[in-house]
Amino acid sequence: MNPTQTMAPAQTEVEQKYKVIGTRPIRHDGVDKVTGRAVYGADVQLPGMLHGKVLRSPHAHANIKSINTAKAEALYGVKAVMTAADFPDSGSRTANLGELGEVPLKPMCDNVMASDKAVYHGHAVAAVAATSPHIAEEALGLIEVEYEVLPPVMDVLKAMDEDSPLVHEDLYTDELGEKSAKPSNVASHTRHVKGDLSQGFAAADHVLEREYRCATVHQGYIEPHAATAMWNPDGYLTMWVTTQGAFTVRTSVHQILDIPVSKLKVIPTEIGGGFGGKIPVYGEPVAAVLSRKARRPVKVVMDRTEVFQATGPTSGSYVKLKMGVTNQGRITAAETMLAYEAGGYPGSIVALGGICMFAPYNIDNTTIDMYDVVVNKPKTAAYRAPGAPNSEFAVECMLDEFCERLGLDPMEIRLLNGAKEGDIQSHGIPHPRIGCIETTEAARDCEHYQTPLEGPNRGRGVASGYWVNAGLTSSVTARLNGDGTVTLQEGSTDIGGTRTSIAMQLAEVLGIPVEDVVPSVVDTDSVGYTEVTGGSRVTFATGWAAYNAGQAIKSQLIEQAADLWKVDKDQVSLADGVITTTNGDSRSMTIKELAADLSQKGIDVGSRETVTPQNHGGAYATHVVDVEVDPDTGKVTILRYTAVQDAGRAIHPSYVEGQMQGGVVQGIGWALNEEYFYNEDGLLMNSSFLDYRMPTSLDLPMIETIIVEVPNPGHPYGVRGVGEVPIVPPQAAISNAIARAVGVRLGDLPMSPQTVVKALSAKS
Amino acid sequence: MAAKVHVTATLNGEPVEFLCEPRQSLLEVLRDELKLTGSKEGCNNGNCGACSVILDGLLVDACIVLGAEIDGCTVETIEGLMGSDGLHPLQQTFLENAALQCGICTPGFIMAGKALLEKNPQASEGDIRHWCAGNLCRCTGYDKIVRAIMDAEPQLEVKK
Repeated sequence: MNPTQTMAPAQTEVEQKYKVIGTRPIRHDGVDKVTGRAVYGADVQLPGMLHGKVLRSPHAHANIKSINTAKAEALYGVKAVMTAADFPDSGSRTANLGELGEVPLKPMCDNVMASDKAVYHGHAVAAVAATSPHIAEEALGLIEVEYEVLPPVMDVLKAMDEDSPLVHEDLYTDELGEKSAKPSNVASHTRHVKGDLSQGFAAADHVLEREYRCATVHQGYIEPHAATAMWNPDGYLTMWVTTQGAFTVRTSVHQILDIPVSKLKVIPTEIGGGFGGKIPVYGEPVAAVLSRKARRPVKVVMDRTEVFQATGPTSGSYVKLKMGVTNQGRITAAETMLAYEAGGYPGSIVALGGICMFAPYNIDNTTIDMYDVVVNKPKTAAYRAPGAPNSEFAVECMLDEFCERLGLDPMEIRLLNGAKEGDIQSHGIPHPRIGCIETTEAARDCEHYQTPLEGPNRGRGVASGYWVNAGLTSSVTARLNGDGTVTLQEGSTDIGGTRTSIAMQLAEVLGIPVEDVVPSVVDTDSVGYTEVTGGSRVTFATGWAAYNAGQAIKSQLIEQAADLWKVDKDQVSLADGVITTTNGDSRSMTIKELAADLSQKGIDVGSRETVTPQNHGGAYATHVVDVEVDPDTGKVTILRYTAVQDAGRAIHPSYVEGQMQGGVVQGIGWALNEEYFYNEDGLLMNSSFLDYRMPTSLDLPMIETIIVEVPNPGHPYGVRGVGEVPIVPPQAAISNAIARAVGVRLGDLPMSPQTVVKALSAKS
Repeated sequence: MAAKVHVTATLNGEPVEFLCEPRQSLLEVLRDELKLTGSKEGCNNGNCGACSVILDGLLVDACIVLGAEIDGCTVETIEGLMGSDGLHPLQQTFLENAALQCGICTPGFIMAGKALLEKNPQASEGDIRHWCAGNLCRCTGYDKIVRAIMDAEPQLEVKK
């Protein structure tokens, strides 16, 4: 077993500089979570609560001719039945998606419950609330739906064909800003151009052109979606939801149900994984309508089949890539076409696939064409570094092929082309300070890479990855207690220990132990607006809000002490939890002593902070993997894995390592096993954890981690988001390792045993 | 609806009796009837292990055992793990190793770890990986979970 290591260039300096940051305290919500006391979405129990169940389309593509709910309503124990007709008419209303602008509301409403057309297998069409889940399920069987079944289209390239069946008759392509004349499954075509491709390819000594495909994969969080709603007769709606963003749920439900935000309170429960998939609403508006109709609280919990059939997988994709390099390995040009499946409604994350694709490298001439394409699959949702694994897989595989042809070391080609601060990215934005070079160097120099790999059918692969990260709005409210501790209320739901990584940043400012900060995730009435837990932004942005709160409390304490001591506040300082005079009269007291005094006097010390930081920096990672391929069965075994990543500043190194290890393993699943199997009728055939095969502990070695710290100048402590980028390199690293083990290059994911065997037999 | 069944069992060291429908799983009974929501539902068909409990000394998925089946049996759940002297060593090593992120799989893993170490107090990394293959975690990549279970071994030895 290899130890997990932290390699921080500035470690010694950090150790001196910080008391709390960089340590590994036990998380504040830990005891609740190891004792089974933490309340997750499905754990909510209310007096008189009913259980909601959703009827789903048995067809991939069908017009809904009629729905008859009379028999279901008559079943003993059934208290309410609903269809899309119970939602207010979405008509011409729009939803505001912030920087994406105003979009029509109808697709969002229709995805929650189909009004006129089911566009994927498992699409919600009706729902029932009953006194027990079993009765609700029985009632679903009594709802009569008349369908007109239509031919489905399940593949992104087939959907782009002129004569493909149309998922939506009224969808017209936004073709580089112009609306097309004919309806199409292509929702949009966008393009980024930098430099001059023909010049770039003319300068190349070697050019490769290849196609790469990714199957549809799911986020695979273990906790199914769950929402409980209580709609009071006074019009106030309270919801308990497992979500990545309580405020996002509030906005979505407000828009779909057309009720004022002020009458809607969302209480986030603990969340059992999300990875991007718990941002959209599904059962939330359904639970609300059922509650209004039944006049009782209603809980809607999905089962695993529903999660697979109807919640956000990420895009299946087709990528065509052409790149040119010089004999020395310098990339001169790259041209790509990205086609991503959006699922049943427009809005894949192809744009982020385009932005990230070439970001690790400084390439003068690039053209990126991006297509957002609807197919008869569930509406896609974000999945960890959304869009980036699909596109970067292509670049990282092709670079390795160049290395093999030119006899270059994979680390050297990455160092030769590696992006630096100020380099203009393919979409025209210059890179901020990023750690591409430092991270690649750390990977090159690590013990794993320096140790030769021996044995038949074994190979070592290298790949890098980039993710943009996000800033967005976060809020906290902090208040000093009479015993010198600080309560910290935050809007960011905690998926992976962020209560602690946020609290550590406040504790550092005041110089108090992190145990003296008491964080809690609160409802939408109790803290300022906070965007989703996603985009690798919580420790960065919400941590920054907590830092500001710490600074505000610090200056209030200094003022109060100055007042007490009758000195100028400039003559008072606070460090390590102790307030002292700096004028030589040696007076001092602890925060605890001052807090007790202020509390007795009724003086409130605290702060409310909202931040929207812009300079979130980018995240970069380089991974090294050793595999062994069984040539008879095609099974690929991961022998050793090392992930190297720039964390900016690792606030809580254990949880940074955890993000890296978790991302790697999701990437391994994506690389080797995971995929949606649809039959010819467009029906999902593997909607269980048995048949949708995620990695188990038995499939894996320990995942070694090396944290590189190139501080982000855009954050007071240098933090960069760390959660997403580790899912980007594994797919290509493994493909490259397989190539070096058995001499076949695989560009289609997953690289399942049958794919490997097929490729091996084609080769021989 | 069939008549409810009367069941008597020992749950976390205490006698318990309840009525349940014949179709209700042990997981439903624990969560909905006995209000012990520490055992989680991830799949409801025995594939994810989030509802792992120990039934007469055997590790089982509570979602594929019927509530009526536990009549006369002894059941241990995550709620019964903490003793009068505080957290169970496994609970403590999970915290110290940061072996949980979202925490939804944690009760199941801790129960699986307990069942393993009772059988095999010196389980190797390989033993743990093999045994825990019935428990899915999507957040951690299992690394820190395996370490947490290994770290609990000497502590459990001392406790004996």
